[in-house]
Amino acid sequence: MKHLLSASDLSRDDAVLVLDTAKQLAAATAQGVGKLPPLRGRTVVNLFYEDSTRTRISFEAAAKRLSADVINFSAKGSSVSKGESLKDTALTLEAMGADAVVIRHPSSGAPHRLATAGWISGGVVNAGDGTHEHPTQALLDAYTLRAHLRNGEGDLQGAKVAIVGDVLHSRVARSNAQLLQTLGASVRLVAPPTLMPFGVDTWGCEVSYDLDDSLNDVDAVMMLRVQRERMNAAYFPTAHEYSSRYGLNATRMNKMPSHAIVMHPGPMNRGMEISADVADSSRSVIVEQVANGVSVRMAVLYLILGGTEMS
Amino acid sequence: MTHDVEPARVVLDSDDISRALTRLAHEVIERTHGADNLTIMGIPTRGASLAVRLADKIAAIQGSPVPCGALDVTMYRDDLRMRPARALLPTTIPPEGIEGRLVVLVDDVLFSGRTIRAALDALSEHGRPQAVQLAVLVDRGHRELPIRADYVGKNLPTSNLEIVQVRLREHDGVDEVSIERAV
Repeated sequence: MKHLLSASDLSRDDAVLVLDTAKQLAAATAQGVGKLPPLRGRTVVNLFYEDSTRTRISFEAAAKRLSADVINFSAKGSSVSKGESLKDTALTLEAMGADAVVIRHPSSGAPHRLATAGWISGGVVNAGDGTHEHPTQALLDAYTLRAHLRNGEGDLQGAKVAIVGDVLHSRVARSNAQLLQTLGASVRLVAPPTLMPFGVDTWGCEVSYDLDDSLNDVDAVMMLRVQRERMNAAYFPTAHEYSSRYGLNATRMNKMPSHAIVMHPGPMNRGMEISADVADSSRSVIVEQVANGVSVRMAVLYLILGGTEMS
Repeated sequence: MTHDVEPARVVLDSDDISRALTRLAHEVIERTHGADNLTIMGIPTRGASLAVRLADKIAAIQGSPVPCGALDVTMYRDDLRMRPARALLPTTIPPEGIEGRLVVLVDDVLFSGRTIRAALDALSEHGRPQAVQLAVLVDRGHRELPIRADYVGKNLPTSNLEIVQVRLREHDGVDEVSIERAV
């Protein structure tokens, strides 16, 4: 693995390798090995053009636990605010000897540009680009699903996952729809028609506009954050109406099979897409997702930087 | 890389392996004065299976169970950067831990000694054993580091061109050690 730009870069075997590697790394952490040596002497740059708490911290923790040197770069307070282009920033990082760049960018396709333009020689990991993709989030979701539904082994063959909410603006939904299907799961997208992306029929997923009808046969429900910051038009009349039709509350949660889990990539709008009692219930694995994120990102960095580059 | 290979020559069959492990079990008990405080740690994949067998044999002789685990050394190897990233294998530490224990590392073949060096680093992340000893099924020579085994199933003089193959029931359906020559 040289880069991780899209969940569609991963075959079923690649994805299972990432999950298996993450499992061993999580076990090492659980056994009290705080720091592992494989990325000693390697430099990982976190290049964040967009605000992020958990993803940036998660990548930083992952790189440090593997003994990499970490440089954090956020667009705020850098030369970017003076107008520096992505290309010039990339050339600067290359000159400083970055072995891998973890990039989050508001423009879809920025990681792909960075990986293929010839500006840098290191690996590129997409940590979220616009409304396009967020592959490590999909991997950590798959890891969490596998831990609960498949005892932490193999793929997700036969699992049924509903992804609910602002699918239109969600890179998490795009990456998950691809990865979960690669792993053999079936995916049902549930959203109001205004928040269902154009061309969704090509995703291979079932599409539903009714949340109440979509819950009784699923193994997991993944709630998406309503992304107000990306909405420059009215996609639904009021927050209250959205919440009453597409929010996950205790009544709806009780329609789910008893083994089914509730997921959310965070940050949550409590009371909007998910009620507080559901978010804090025993069926919610939201905090676990964050912990798994570190293990999965360790696995991705290890597989990209831990050996020689594959030709 | 593909090799043209001469027909494999079997040097240890199933009974030979079993007898060698039984002898190793007795040697471990003798040298550790009764195997108290003993913890067996195998290096995956095949070393871990041999460790389980060795622990079972010692337990059968002594009449009390012997803690046994597995220790993956992949991330501690000195040749990590010479090949694409390798898959990680399971590490399991017995509930007793390894702090203050007499740890016997188990591997299938002792060759350059680099795996064992990596294992010593990996082990130290989990605690400070009272002492570490090494048991191997086959010592084929050609050491590149100052490492030797305390318990050896069979010394097998080999040339650098030869490949020693250990096959075990748990993984390969058969117990045997063979030598192949790469031409």
